[in-house]
Amino acid sequence: MRYNALQVLKEGLFGNRGWKPVWRNPEPKSEYDIVIIGGGGHGLSTAYYLAKNHGLKNIAVLEKGYLGGGNVGRNTTIVRANYFLPGNSEFYSHSLKLWEGMEQDLNYNAMHSQRGLINLFHSDGQRDAFARRGNAMINQGDDAVLLDRDGVRAHLPYLDFDNVRFPIYGGLLHPRGGTARHDAVAWGYARGADQRGVDLIQNCEVTGIDVENGKVRGVQTSRGAIRAKKVAIVVAGRSGQVAAMAGMRLPIESHVLQAFVTEGLKPCIDHVVSFGMGHFYISQSDKGGLVFGGDLDFYSSYASRGNLPMKEHVMEAAMTLMPMIGKARVLRSWGGIMDMTPDGSPIIDKTNTDGLYIDCGWCYGGFKAVPGSGYSFAHLIATDQHHEPAAKFRLDRFRTGRGLMDEEGTGSQHNLH
Amino acid sequence: MRLTCPICGERDRREFYYQGEAVMLERPAPDAGDAAWDAYLHLRDNAAGETQDLWCHEAGCGSWIKVTRNTVTHKVLKTELVAK
Repeated sequence: MRYNALQVLKEGLFGNRGWKPVWRNPEPKSEYDIVIIGGGGHGLSTAYYLAKNHGLKNIAVLEKGYLGGGNVGRNTTIVRANYFLPGNSEFYSHSLKLWEGMEQDLNYNAMHSQRGLINLFHSDGQRDAFARRGNAMINQGDDAVLLDRDGVRAHLPYLDFDNVRFPIYGGLLHPRGGTARHDAVAWGYARGADQRGVDLIQNCEVTGIDVENGKVRGVQTSRGAIRAKKVAIVVAGRSGQVAAMAGMRLPIESHVLQAFVTEGLKPCIDHVVSFGMGHFYISQSDKGGLVFGGDLDFYSSYASRGNLPMKEHVMEAAMTLMPMIGKARVLRSWGGIMDMTPDGSPIIDKTNTDGLYIDCGWCYGGFKAVPGSGYSFAHLIATDQHHEPAAKFRLDRFRTGRGLMDEEGTGSQHNLH
Repeated sequence: MRLTCPICGERDRREFYYQGEAVMLERPAPDAGDAAWDAYLHLRDNAAGETQDLWCHEAGCGSWIKVTRNTVTHKVLKTELVAK
């Protein structure tokens, strides 16, 4: 069923009784050409692009819970292409272009809102760094505007411009940056994949990966064995455990990242804004809630909840930058499990096992990569060739030391990103 | 989370610096080769459950501590000094 405005009007008049489930709920078959482990944003977009771009049909996505129930269901929904280093730069640029055509392509409203993203800077040195980043973005073909203090004031009059400890010098505006409705992205890709014949199998936990003579043969699941010619692992924070089923250790540590949502308020924050002198970034959802977050708690964790010190830091940073939100009440906070690589950049690559592919290491930036990651990973799985924009996301870069992408310049070490 | 420093006692998590899995204690020989150094520097078991990692009590006595804890519950099971 294709969605259109007339249909919405008609359903509205007749009590919305005509809508049908948008994907099937099939039983797993005993064999597929390709099995994708993980029904999150990246897994679903991978399935969609395998079917759409490569004409492949016999594909299953195995999800241990429900579709889109992991990090794609809980994140701060920011979409941007403001990376600096070659490798990241071309990949996120490609991903943003896919975002811009996604809703038409999927016939699904993902509420993608290019409201502009402003990274603030607070010193001369930071201005230089952002000017350089902006130039890198423009060289990549994306957009960046360096704003001075008055330029920031015109966009964000509510900031505390009198703060003497962290004076606002200006900001780097990325006009095409913005937000999207996180669940809708997963649902849109799920619907698109299902329509193209992909089996989306929920409540199906992978418990083992069968490997014979260095070649993958299939997977064991909570709903029986499934044979497969190719198996793709796209499980974010759980990458370590799933890879261990194939005897692999990954350059990944799973950490907790917290985020917060306030009660719904009238529109007051029109952009995505990040503070340059503390870990704090914020946007306002279409429902009115202020959505904001900070940095990792900085130790490995699968608890899906964080600690008070980081909450305190985020709230302090918020009050330093925009005291006007001080009376907003925080409704909820959560902790997501982030698959952190040593250099803070992702991995899309083959493994040493024939027919086994992995897409992981998205750290705390996986949401904006959902279209690009699926597109490039599908290309790798279908053709056994790296897709150009993601060709630098190699698994062996840590061992060889070649092609590390340390965007923050802090060093390629697990506890630094 | 609070950690018990064997020297200073139970202290706030903010006094400690997290280094990573205790695999860092088993430094390979300089000529051990790529694979051994990759395993030491980058590859991790990343267990969901009981794990051992290294913390430095940087805002306290400065000692290095091996912490046995559960990464799913955040429960700290044991802390011991790295230096014997």
